[in-house]
This record gives sequence, C-alpha cells and structure tokens, in this order.
Amino acid sequence: MMNGGMINRPLFIISPFIIYHSMESPLLESQLNINRRTFLSRMSLGIGSAALGSLMIPGLFSCNTESGEGNSLAGMPHFAPKAKRVIYLFQSGAPSQLESFDYKPLLRKMHGQDLPESIRMGQRLTTMTSGQTKFPLVGSAVEFKQYGQHGAWISDFFPFTGQVADDICVVNSLFTEAINHDPAITFFQTGNQQAGRPSMGAWMSYGLGSENENLPAFVVLTSRGGGNAQGLYAHLWSAGFLDSAHQGVLLRGGKDPVLYLNDPNGMAQADRRRFLDHLAELNQDSYDELGDPEIVSRIKQYEMAYRMQTSVPEVMDINGEPDHILKMYGPDVVTPGSYAANCLLSRKLAEKGVRFIQLYHQGWDQHSNLVNEMGMQSKQVDQPSAALILDLKQRGLLDDTLVIWGGEFGRTNYCQGPLDAKLYGRDHHPRCFSAWMAGGGIKPGMVYGETDEFGYNIIKDPVHIHDFHATILNQMGLDHTKMTYKHQGRRYRLTDVSGEVVRGILA
Amino acid sequence: MKSSTKLMLVVCGVILASGFLFPAFFSSDKTAELPDVVDFNYHIKPIISDRCFKCHGPDKAKQEQELGLNTEAGFFKTLKEDSTRHVVVPGKPELSELYRRIMETDPEEMMPPPESNLSLTDFEKALIKKWIEQGAKYKQHWAFIPPTKPNLPKVKNKDWAKGDIDLFILQKLENEGFKPNDEADRERLLRRTSYDLTGLPPAPALLDRFLADKSPNAFEKMVDTLLALPSYGEHQASHWLDLARYADSHGYQDDSYRSQWPWRDWVIHAFNENLPYDQFVTWQLAGDLLPSATKEQILATGFCRNHKITQEGGVIEDEYRVEYIADKTNLYATAFLGLTMECAKCHDHKYDPVSQEEYFSTYAFFNQNTERGFYGDVSNVSIAEQPTLSPTKEELAGILSFINHSQPDSVVSMVMAESDTLRKTYLLKRGQYDQPDKAVAFGTPKAVLPFPETLPKNRLGLAQWTFSKENPLAARVVVNRVWQQLFGVGLVKSVENFGSQGELPTHPELLDWLAVDFQESGWGLKQLIKKIVTSAAYRQSAAISTEKQERDPENRFVSRGPRFRMTPEMIRDTWLVASGLLNPMIGGPSVRPYQPGGLWEETNAGDGRGTLTRYVQDKDEKLYRRTMYTIFKRTLPHPFLTTFDASYRDVCAVKRQRTNTPLQALNLMNDPLMLEASRTLAQKLLKASDQSLPERLSDAFRQVASRQPSARELAVLEKHFTERKTELAKNPDMAKLLLTVGDSKPDDKLDAVESAALMETLALVFNMDEVICK
Repeated sequence: MMNGGMINRPLFIISPFIIYHSMESPLLESQLNINRRTFLSRMSLGIGSAALGSLMIPGLFSCNTESGEGNSLAGMPHFAPKAKRVIYLFQSGAPSQLESFDYKPLLRKMHGQDLPESIRMGQRLTTMTSGQTKFPLVGSAVEFKQYGQHGAWISDFFPFTGQVADDICVVNSLFTEAINHDPAITFFQTGNQQAGRPSMGAWMSYGLGSENENLPAFVVLTSRGGGNAQGLYAHLWSAGFLDSAHQGVLLRGGKDPVLYLNDPNGMAQADRRRFLDHLAELNQDSYDELGDPEIVSRIKQYEMAYRMQTSVPEVMDINGEPDHILKMYGPDVVTPGSYAANCLLSRKLAEKGVRFIQLYHQGWDQHSNLVNEMGMQSKQVDQPSAALILDLKQRGLLDDTLVIWGGEFGRTNYCQGPLDAKLYGRDHHPRCFSAWMAGGGIKPGMVYGETDEFGYNIIKDPVHIHDFHATILNQMGLDHTKMTYKHQGRRYRLTDVSGEVVRGILA
Repeated sequence: MKSSTKLMLVVCGVILASGFLFPAFFSSDKTAELPDVVDFNYHIKPIISDRCFKCHGPDKAKQEQELGLNTEAGFFKTLKEDSTRHVVVPGKPELSELYRRIMETDPEEMMPPPESNLSLTDFEKALIKKWIEQGAKYKQHWAFIPPTKPNLPKVKNKDWAKGDIDLFILQKLENEGFKPNDEADRERLLRRTSYDLTGLPPAPALLDRFLADKSPNAFEKMVDTLLALPSYGEHQASHWLDLARYADSHGYQDDSYRSQWPWRDWVIHAFNENLPYDQFVTWQLAGDLLPSATKEQILATGFCRNHKITQEGGVIEDEYRVEYIADKTNLYATAFLGLTMECAKCHDHKYDPVSQEEYFSTYAFFNQNTERGFYGDVSNVSIAEQPTLSPTKEELAGILSFINHSQPDSVVSMVMAESDTLRKTYLLKRGQYDQPDKAVAFGTPKAVLPFPETLPKNRLGLAQWTFSKENPLAARVVVNRVWQQLFGVGLVKSVENFGSQGELPTHPELLDWLAVDFQESGWGLKQLIKKIVTSAAYRQSAAISTEKQERDPENRFVSRGPRFRMTPEMIRDTWLVASGLLNPMIGGPSVRPYQPGGLWEETNAGDGRGTLTRYVQDKDEKLYRRTMYTIFKRTLPHPFLTTFDASYRDVCAVKRQRTNTPLQALNLMNDPLMLEASRTLAQKLLKASDQSLPERLSDAFRQVASRQPSARELAVLEKHFTERKTELAKNPDMAKLLLTVGDSKPDDKLDAVESAALMETLALVFNMDEVICK
C-alpha cells in the first residue's frame, strides 16, 4: 500500500516541544495511540524501560500532524531555504540612524536651522515634540568613515561593525507607521501594532519546527545597556493564537537559565531519574485504565524536561571557549546576561540548531544626552555584534544563519531639547531608519535604500516592516503569503495582507 | 492516491502511516461518503464562506464582478457579462456558472483562482454538485435564526437518561452506534464536579459524606452543596476575568499598577449571589445608566474599563481613545454575540453580514464615555483612569461590603460614566483614528437583529437589545461557553465565533434547547450548571476505548465523561488545599507569591519608571492565597500562569489552549510552592498519628488525588518512599536541605529523613497526570 520511499522516511519525528492535540488531526492521532498503547503494554515490565524506550526512539511517543520531513508542517518550507536559522539582535528603544549608518553631512551644514515644512510634509509627531515651535536640524556629533570595498559610511560609534562591512548589508530605508515604542516594537516582532499576534520566532517554530530534540526552537535572551531604556513585554515573544508550545523560551544568565530547570537543593540527578521512573509508572497505570493519549505525551514531556536539565546548562557554559574567541566578543563576554555574553550564547545556540534566537538589548531611547548615551550603548554592542559575524563565518555557519541588527523606528533629524553639541536628543521618527542583515543568503557588502539629504524621507527603495518580514521568511524558505494560520475564521499571516520580498538585497 | 478520499493506514510495529495522504483528508472533516441530503448551512456555506467570501462576500468594496455569494439573491443572479446565464440553476449543475468555474482547469477561469491558495477538494466539489442537483436550497445563517425549543428526541435506551439533555446526547450516540460509558466511580465523579464548580478538590469530609450517602439523589445534594460554597464564585470569576481581560496593570510600556480588583471582588460576589446572567451582564455594560443606579451597579461597569491604557510619553490622545472604544466594542461582540466584529473596524466584514458602518454604529454606544485617551505627563496616569468610583466608608460597610478592604482611599476603581453632551461618532476610514468619514447613528448589526426605535440609544439600550427575546445569539453564546467550561469543548467549538467562519454545532437542537431553557428559567447560571452536571452525559467515566479514541477523539459526541488538563489556577490551588496551606480569604488587593527572582527587574525600563518594576514578594499568609489573586502584570504575567496557557489579558479571551510541554514538566517538578506543599502535608501526616506506612501513604494520596490509591499505585509509592528513605539516611544533610524550601518552616522535631522521603513521595503524587487533570 505504501511505496518504499515513504516507508523509509521518518514520518513522525517530532519536536518534543510541540505537541499537537488530537483536535488537529483526530484520526491520525488515534492511530498513533493504538501503537503507543501496544508499545507501552509490551513495556509494562517496568517503566524504567519505557522511559528508556522514549529516550532511545525520540519520535515514538510524540504526535504530530501532516508531517512530512523532520518536524516541519506539511509543505514547509515552501522552497529550498537559504537560511536555516535566524539570530535577531534587536536594539530596543530605537538607535539613531543619523549617528550610525545613515550619513547626512547636510545636517551639519544646516545645524540649528529649522526643518523645512516641504520636507516634513505633515508627518505626525509624538506629543513630546509636537508642542515645539521650532524644529532645529542637528548634525551628527560623531564622525563617519567609509568601510569595506563598497565604501559604506559608518559612524565612529561602530568601528567593529565597520570591520565587517563587507559581510553585512546595511538597509537605510526601513519605515514603519508606529511612533511609540510599544506599538512599534510589537509591530516588528509580530507584524501588528497591537499585542496578540504570534511573534516571528513563534511562526518559525510553527512552520519549521526544531532542529534540536533537546532545546526549544525559539529562544529569547535579554540584556540592558546604560542608555535610556524601554521595558520589554512577554507578548513580544508569545505564540499569540498559535499553540503556546511555540512561544519563545527565555534563557537567562545565572544559575537557573530556564525557569524551574534546577532540581531542589538536596536532590541529585540519580534521584530525579528515579522520581521520573516512578512517576512514569504511575502515569502508565492511569493510561492503562483511561486510555487518554495525553498521558503518554505527558510522560514524554517529563523525559524531555529531564534531558533539558543537561542540555541547557551545557549550552550556557562558556568555559570550553578558548581565549581568542572570548577576546573577540570583548571583555563583557564573561558577565552572564550581558549583550556580549548573549552574542556568544547565540552562536552556541545556532550551532545546536535552534531555529530562532531573539536577543533584545535595551537602552537606545535617546531623547536627550544622545552622544553620551549612544557612545555607551554602542561600546557594549558594536564589538560583540561584529564578533558574532566573524565567529559564525569562521565556522561556516554564516551561510545558513541570518543575522539581523536594528531597532523599532528611527529618530528625528531635528533636535529634541536643548540644541547642545553633546546633550541634544532626537525624538521618534517612523519614516526612515537603518538596520543591517548578514548571512542567510543576504547580499554581503552593500548598502540598500536611500533617504533624502535631510535624512527625513526615503527617496529610493523603501522597505516596510511587512517587506522586511516577507524577506526573512523568504530566506527561511517560506512564502509569506502561504504561511497562514486560521484563527477566529480568518487566515492570519505574519505579513498581514501586504509585504513584498526585497529582492534587491538577496545574494 | 493523493486525491483518494479513502484513508489507508498501515499499522505494523512502530511504522505508522503515509504522511502525505493526510492533508487532503483532513482539510475537511467530512468523510468519503456524500450525505444523502446536502444541507446548505451544514455542508455548503462553510465551503463558500471559507474559499469564496474573500472576493465574493459581504465586503462590498472587495466584491469581484459585483457578485456576493453571501446572500440568496447572489447565488441565483444572472451573470454580469451574460444575462442568459446564472450563477446557480437549481437542479442543473451543468448550467450553473458556479459549478463550471470550480470544475475549470484553465487557471484564468478556475475558481478560486490558483494564486489565492484556497482551492477546493474533489469532495467539496462533489458536495456543491449534489447540492445543486438537489435543488440548491438556500438557508439563512443558522446562528441568526432565533432559537426555539425543539421537541425532545426519541431514544432507545430511555433508562440511561437522567434529564432532557441526555436525550439529545443519546440520540446522537445511538445514531453513531456508540454506547455511552458507565457512570464514573463516585470518587472521581465528585472530584470532577468539585473542580468544575469550585476549582478545588472536594474536602475529604464531603467525599466521605458522598460515599456514605445511599439515597438516589446523593449526587444532586453534592452539587447543591458545591454551588453554595464561596469558592464557586471565585472559580466562575476566574473564567470571567479572562473574558473581561482583567489585570492589575495598565498593559502598555511601563505597565504600571492599577487598582481594578474591587470590580473583581464584585464579580465573585455576583456569581455567588447567582445574579441572573442578563442582569449580571447588563450591570457590567450599563450599570451606571440603570434608573437610580446603585454604587454596586456602577462598580460593575468596571468591566468596560479593564482594557489596556497607555502611559507612554508622546502618544497621541485621540489614537488611544479610539483604541479603547474599539476594545470595548470588540469585547462586547466576542463575549455576548460570538461575532468577530473587530474585522469590520477597517472594512466591511469579509465573512459575516457586519458592515463597517454597523461596526461604528455599535461603537457609538461606547463612545459616549467621559474617559480620555491619555493626557499630560507620563507620571499622571490618574487622568486617563477617569471616571472612577470612590466608595465611602459607609458604603464599604454596607452595599459594597463584598469589597475586601476597609480603606476608601485604596478602593478607587475605573468605571463608566456618560458624558453630558452627545459625542458624534464617525465611520473611521480604514479604522484610522484621524480619518473620519460620515457620521453614523447608534445601531447594531441588522442581520442579527435591527435595533428598535423603542430602546434608549445608549449602553442600557444595547444591553436590552442583547437580552431581548428575539436576539438569536446572546443565550446560545453563553450556554455554549458554559458547556465548554465543563466538557472542554463547546457544542459550537469556536466559542468566539458563531459567524460564517465559525464551526457548526455538533448538537444544534441541544444548543437551542439549552439556550431557550436558560432564557425561560430566568438566566440562572447555577441552575444551568446544575442541569448539565447532573446529566448522565456529564457523569460518564472518562475512560477512552480504542474505538472511541478512533471515532470520537475529541469527545464531540460526548461518548465519555470530560477529562483534560486543568488550568494553572486549579493546579496550583490543589497544592494549597491538599497541604492545608491555603489562605481561604476572598478578594482584596492582589498578592505577590513566590516568583523566580529578577523577572520584572530584567525587563523593566531600568530607570525606575513605572510602579511595577521590582517584584517584592509578599510574606506569610499572603503567599498562600488562591492563584486568581496573584498580581497580574500584563506585560509579564507570573510564569506559572503563562506556562500553563493562561490568557495574557491583552484582549477578551473566551478559550484557553491546553498544551503539554517540557516547561510545564520542569515547573511541576521544581516549583517551590509544590515542594513546600509536599513537605507541609508530609509533616502533617507524620505528626498526626502512628499510622502504618501503607495507611499513611493512602491517606496522603487521597488528600491530593481525592481517591484511594490502587494496590499497584500504593506499591510504587511505598517503593519510592523506602528507597529514598534508605538513601537519605546515609546523608541526612541532604534531607534537611530538601526540607528548607519555602517561607514556612519545617518541623524540626520530626525526623528529617522520614519527612524528606515522604515529602518527595508526595511531590510524585502532585506530579501525576491524574492530579493535574480534572
């Protein structure tokens, strides 16, 4: 009845993180259960052996629907992916493009003069500056230099990034509609300004599953710099209406990197093993009596938890890293929870096949004191970000890892607060801002998009957030119009109803 | 083979089945057999809505070829390009353009177009053909036809039925050839009912009483007892808090504290008082507009104000005021009409007969409140919180005595208040706050029920419209939600959506019978719940036979009793109750129990902005309150809650997921409160008497699982205890270390090794699947 090819294919190798419920696929589920039951009753001599069975044949107890290859959804990826994983270095608070990647000498020349209305063109302002009667332009207090074969302009805040200019693609023409942090960052993470939709990482976990049996598909790391910061919200890495098994798992510095990972004081690993064997025995009794397949899933999830108790500390441990690698990432790398430590960690997670690694670095909201604060922030971020690129590259991982660096919107070309060479600030600006991408099939060594000489409006190759998302999905082998999830009767996409892949930056 | 509708499975050893057959098969849950009679509402409408409405649906602006398949006229009209041809010719598929186009293979002509990713299966095409052949009878959307009380069905096994509900369930079971399960044993039945009604395991004394009571109505008496417990109101409220998106914080950016818990205390009180559902909702929608409104009725309107409020510096006030009014409108539609009206905020609804104008007509009711979007300095949230209710000391001792606090200053909460002048409401183009189009009048979706001239044009009028006898949705939606609460899945699975894209009811007559009965008997929730839980259907054992797992995997036929993983509130409350740690106080300001350190601190804005930046854990009895009183910070709820699928309370939620993940396992193994509960119960038992080991373990097991352990279970527990005791005896310091968990102190007078071994054995019981499932 089945052709040979299909028999050979592992049909139900499943992410242990993703348990699909019987409601998704009732009949298949029931067939699986018949087999589980047969299998379990054969093993009823002692659950130690059943637990062992689940460790040896990881896919056996899991259940999934419509699975073809690996643990991705049927038909996904839609085409051959360029990138297998994403590391997203999100710079929360919105770093100024005018002091980083969008070089505007005119602003220096016109320093102190008012922004012409012909340029502003009715752009709505936040109420932090809408009361200002004047909008004096302010030039970057920090110098720019050209880097790389293509001569990309990069500010002196980012010299290390300059050194990898030939490996990255700077996009100077991103734009958004949101002008406040919460909606803007939510938009970047979920494709919608209001909370409630799945995060990009959750979509990836949903569509592509995990490449590692012992780690989650979607991992979140946070750090904070010294600059004016905005809070982070769990909805940024939530699964929205997708199965919450897809939500991002927060990995934290310190001794409990995953919540409740550690056994209580006084309990050794062997004790935990015994505990789980006895627990599985009790649960199997329930299963024999009630036949509920969820009980079998539960046994499996406990086994996975047990494996995580080893796999997570292993991946968090940087003791095995040689000195020259640690040096690359800079001195902060030995401080758990720092941005540098998280960059190194994200490389290790990428090596382990984690699908989506989401970093957040807070502190980029420079409404005032921009030069000092941004100097501080960039010092923490520049070297490790560049090191990550080099480190991935030397391991051959950059080819199929997409790295993204950027914030939630841009900053105004005019001054907020006193027009002081050091203390000036910039308000939120949605019409243009910069980010960079590297690896994963993105064209290296280029600058894409262009803003006017005031750095206020985009004049070439605008990239909307939906386009940005469509491009990321595309690199992961996903057609953003086809990856949908039906919720409350409507098919939802990460890109809502628009978005075009930015072909111009593809290698 | 791919297109075959017959499912072929090979089951041999561990090799399961062919993967690629399933997508086609599962894209529709209809099986290979075409029905004898094709019904428009049950067979055709779901296909047309899902695949065709995008371009031929209610959204007039997006209608291709001026063809809308959302009306009867649309189906039978002549073609725009050729007046001699018709979309559908009853009885004649070959003359019907609809059929021709779905059978077309030319990509230019084919419907739906290939690029839409919405293709029809062969089975669906065959259904449409047969429907046309049988005369293409059109029907109004089922949910918009007001329910009438159907005749009770005839069944063979009359003796099984304990009430009218059972006749509907049994009829379907008999049609499907299922035999219902036997009644669950008494221990499990009482446990299930106790959790469903109160969210807590039954008190051992109650269980004893039930086991000893041989009278025929013993179970009914138990149900009455449980319904009268104050914990009933708490548990019902915990469901309502999700729907009402209740939280203790404002939800945006810095996410500062808000004091809305007096409203929550009212909800508990109202459930316990069994305030009829129509009034319960009317007060929450429009208590302030009732004649001589009491403070209690005004407090109830806090319901409308539970949404998120921005505190972010620099926001544009109008933008957020619109957001808040829209939230109220969406909440209203989801909670009481089961409609996804929010889709019509930006354009006419794509699937349901709700125009954008109608959306804003409903929005107009909520648009008269005096609240503001945001105003002034970031630190001054209080302006955005207005209007508020500030009770006096006398009121707190009198009409508002259910509020668990005596200091008026701490009991200020947000409510509704109508502004003196009528605020004009405009249709907002694309839903944008700064794009007003034409002014709209007060109104409701006409396809549901037109808003009559006779009703007041305010929220009270809207509430009266909602609960008028002719409204087809309000009663159905709530009885369905209660059914979901008890059985795990609604009679209409999409509890949030009764529209075209919603699921069809499995038992439409039962749904209508329940809806009408609920209305006729005065909207009494306790009566409704009692009627359902005393049915034979509910009382069935939850055992799943292979056949039922195969043919009724989701229990949609109710071929067995409900069994599923409990909510985080119920799981955690079990630890508290079983160990005796529970502080049974009802209501009051939310509390801060154990939470892994640093969570708030690592994600706050860093400069101390906001009032919920540092988590300072409470002490003593505040650590042991029911889980529903745990402070709910929207941007970072307690991880135990989110790990077990609690709603984030960002918007109205009427359904929670039920996942099964390794993070849950970690949490259950290592939660300090669970360990503290295990130790407390262990030491309590050790202190109580000099029982034999099996007696003590049985007793412990019963405290947690509400039943006696089987001999096999007892053997496993004994083995675990003995092995651990032997090992810990070699290293008593380890035992002492194990006992140190939690703020409460272990009893040093008891033997540490024995205490720790028993503690761990109890932790084993707390981790059993059965203990976290109802």
